[in-house]
Amino acid sequence: MSIETIWVLAEVADGKPITTSLELITQARSLAGTVEAVAWGPGTADVAGTLGEHGVTTVHDVGDIGDALPGVPVASAVAAAVAAGKGPDAILFPATYDGRDIAGRLSAKLDRPVLTNVVGLSADDGGLVSQHAIFGGTQVVTARFTGEGPGIFVVRAKSFAAEPSGGAAAAVVPLAVDDTGATNTAVVVARHVEERSGPKLDEADVVVSGGRGLGEKDSYAMIEELAGLLKGAPGASRAIVDAGWVPYAYQVGQTGKTVKPTVYLACGISGATQHLVGMKNAKNIIAINKDQDAPIFTVADLGIVGDVHKVVPKLIEALKARG
Amino acid sequence: MNVVVCVKQIPDPAAPAALDPGTHNLVRSGKLILDDSDAYGVEMALQLADAAGGGEVTLVSMAPNGETSGLRTALAMGAAKAILVSDDSLAGSDALSTAKVLAAAIRRAEPDLVIAATESTDGYTGTTPVQVAELLGLPSVTFAKKVEVDGQTVKVERQTEAGYDEVTSPLPAVVTVTAGVVEPRYPSFKGIMAAKSKPVDTLTAADLGLDGSQVGAGGARQQIISVVEAEARSAGEVVVDEGDAHERVIQFLEQLKIL
Repeated sequence: MSIETIWVLAEVADGKPITTSLELITQARSLAGTVEAVAWGPGTADVAGTLGEHGVTTVHDVGDIGDALPGVPVASAVAAAVAAGKGPDAILFPATYDGRDIAGRLSAKLDRPVLTNVVGLSADDGGLVSQHAIFGGTQVVTARFTGEGPGIFVVRAKSFAAEPSGGAAAAVVPLAVDDTGATNTAVVVARHVEERSGPKLDEADVVVSGGRGLGEKDSYAMIEELAGLLKGAPGASRAIVDAGWVPYAYQVGQTGKTVKPTVYLACGISGATQHLVGMKNAKNIIAINKDQDAPIFTVADLGIVGDVHKVVPKLIEALKARG
Repeated sequence: MNVVVCVKQIPDPAAPAALDPGTHNLVRSGKLILDDSDAYGVEMALQLADAAGGGEVTLVSMAPNGETSGLRTALAMGAAKAILVSDDSLAGSDALSTAKVLAAAIRRAEPDLVIAATESTDGYTGTTPVQVAELLGLPSVTFAKKVEVDGQTVKVERQTEAGYDEVTSPLPAVVTVTAGVVEPRYPSFKGIMAAKSKPVDTLTAADLGLDGSQVGAGGARQQIISVVEAEARSAGEVVVDEGDAHERVIQFLEQLKIL
């Protein structure tokens, strides 16, 4: 099976396609002759320019889905297109909340399996093969689909670089939602935005993260202060997000954000596999932890064996003194 | 209100994991334990059934060799009974095949609500619960950080990139919960003793009307081509703090031109 057409789920946030979607579109250009996108929401026409710049020729627009969650309507629209013989050879999804929902629904609708946690995609023997980092990134599995039907891949953020190719605005064509029965009955009744200042966690040049070693919720304030002094973003391990110290949006790791900053400063984080997966590709890693056997030290370029409650305040003081 | 919780019994994450060199399946021959992520779902289900004034919590699991040790942990927490699907033909099942097995088993329990973790700790595909919902023709709400049931409606706070959404869905529905949605209880001694005699209904794929072309390695339509060691990131300099380690950090940041 040769790869002629790839569809990429173009998720839109704040009026722009999300970076991970642009990364997937960029990679899809090198794998298929035709790259098209699937989008939903009231503003698809407004993102056709950016999508076109990155190589998308056509945007299949599911349209405004109102208060529905996107999983069911978007998957149903794509499944209908595939059933009508108008589907692509492969569909790439960003590993976001909605991307995973849509991919899961689509997989069951088409009776096609799904490959998730993809960190690399290449063409091989006329088909697509995907790379997956397993066991905390210590091993790389290469996999492919067998049988008929489009390949469904869910790809992690920052697996590729997003680069425009200078194309014209993509054409927008409607993609109709099929009958969804009882499945599409969940509704969003309110949306809450948790404000945060400074650079975005997944775009910051410096990320300062805190973990359970901080001991208590109040100690997280020094992580935020240190991040601020370094013009970076504060992050967190799953342990303290689960404990309710900071919102989920701060989480770095398997179930949180994947970050690739110039410097990642891990404070009081032991380095569980779940966390390492999200940050081990940082260009430089500094770890501060009092347990010299903590796994975080196996990936740290600079490891400080010490108490975060002593080292971090001194660091903050020294940075303030520099002005 | 009757609640089904999908639970997975996995190799102890603290022990080194390995893939079988022949089949590339995760080695599951050792003792299996209840996936930590599932303890949150079990606790949530127990609390919701309690708040609704009664009803049973039923566990549904798929595992090799009739494995029940992880199920006993969840039964000891307070679940009433379990349905275990165990069959040699299920080895090598992909996420969709697993979803078909779980959906068929869940149908038997006729629940008002199905709860699962957002993803397992060992495989972390993260799509199985939504695939189950689609196969059962049910709505789903994923990534719940808070769940309440009010009559025939489930109210969920669902995590989003920006914060969270309040979502409501009619029952029955599938809800996936994040770790931290509730604090799981520790099984009491009484609970552990009681769990030993709680019913575990063990079924084969054939009992559920599934054949080898739909599940297991025979039904999997994805294959692993290779497994290689990743480029290792090596440990760098280690400094034991003697009151001045912050100076080394500053120096390091200067070298990187961050300062």
